[in-house]
Amino acid sequence: MTGRPPTIVACPDGPLLVRGDAELETPEGEPIDRHGRNTVALCRCGASAIKPFCDGTHKMTGFRSED
Amino acid sequence: MGEAILTALGRGIREAGESLGDLERMTHDAITRSDDIIRDDDLQVALLVLHGLHYGGVVDADDAWEWHPSLVASRVAIERAFEAELRRQVPVPDLPNPSAADVAAALFELTKPTPGPSASRYLARKATEEQLKEYVVLRSVYTLKEADAQTWGIPRLPRRAKAALMEIQTDEYGDGDPERMHSAIFARAMRGLGLDDGYAAYLDSVPAVTIASFTMMTMFGLNRSLRGAMAGHFSAYEMTSSIPNRFIAQGVRRLGFGDDVAWYFDEHVEADAVHEQIAGRDLAGGLVEAEPSLLADVMWGANTSLTVDGWGSDEALEHWEAGRSALRVPLDMTGGIR
Repeated sequence: MTGRPPTIVACPDGPLLVRGDAELETPEGEPIDRHGRNTVALCRCGASAIKPFCDGTHKMTGFRSED
Repeated sequence: MGEAILTALGRGIREAGESLGDLERMTHDAITRSDDIIRDDDLQVALLVLHGLHYGGVVDADDAWEWHPSLVASRVAIERAFEAELRRQVPVPDLPNPSAADVAAALFELTKPTPGPSASRYLARKATEEQLKEYVVLRSVYTLKEADAQTWGIPRLPRRAKAALMEIQTDEYGDGDPERMHSAIFARAMRGLGLDDGYAAYLDSVPAVTIASFTMMTMFGLNRSLRGAMAGHFSAYEMTSSIPNRFIAQGVRRLGFGDDVAWYFDEHVEADAVHEQIAGRDLAGGLVEAEPSLLADVMWGANTSLTVDGWGSDEALEHWEAGRSALRVPLDMTGGIR
């Protein structure tokens, strides 16, 4: 925990970049392992093989965030 | 040239005096003689050894050699010729507007994945165990010192870019856990493959163009005047990492190796999908917004990563597909495999 309020950056044509003290949980409330990473990228194109995290696949599928 | 430097380093620095005139002359002659310093085995090894005095752990030499005036002069002479050759061979891409968003978009466009043959796809599907080991040996020139070259750039950056590079480097260095440091995970993968994880173990086997990928990024990190190229280079490096590393992890598992070897590649799929976003917008983009005159160097630096690293991996792929070793000396000839 960093004591920093969470922020989420919606990266154009890419993932949601999460910084600060945001807890990631499954629908059952189980914690999702952040693998020690302070900043994580969450998939928003749906094509990642390591969901909920981004694996860069949006660049191969031509995902557009239209924002 | 490399031999002459190693001979000099083998002597005690107290006996050497302040000037090694012969060494400086030899450096000058070697640069003059060279057709293409990017592919010059002797000059690339020489530069790696000289950079190694700053890193440590590359050659066994008195620490005081790091700032010996003749060695610094030789290093700078090789770097100037190297930078000039890189600027001749690698063009500056089209320049976007100098805003963080436009720089990030231009870098993602420049580095977008291309279909078709690549070393990482070959490793995923076809490579033999020997070829996977060769790949790891080639990669080790940088990766056993992963992230260190860029760390030299930190104090040279303005605020937003500095915070961005620190955010990435914290992750590169394991977020406080030395076992998770990327260079340490890589060394573990080398050991898991039965390879020697000592830094210079395979240096004589590695072709110049692969060494040039590393000396180039060290030069960008060590020279404040090249901070734009450093930021662009690192961004492109991160942007071309997640997808290839996923392929390589597939190859590692296809060949029957376990998580101890695959971890390094798995880690980079997830880590670099984060790093590429920070690097494009906040590091490269943030640097350009603070110092718009660096825009061309940021874009050029990105292209040097794509181009020079591309030459190295394309040459390796060509050798493998023809059934040849991608190393100057195959691994079974070096005795490097335990």
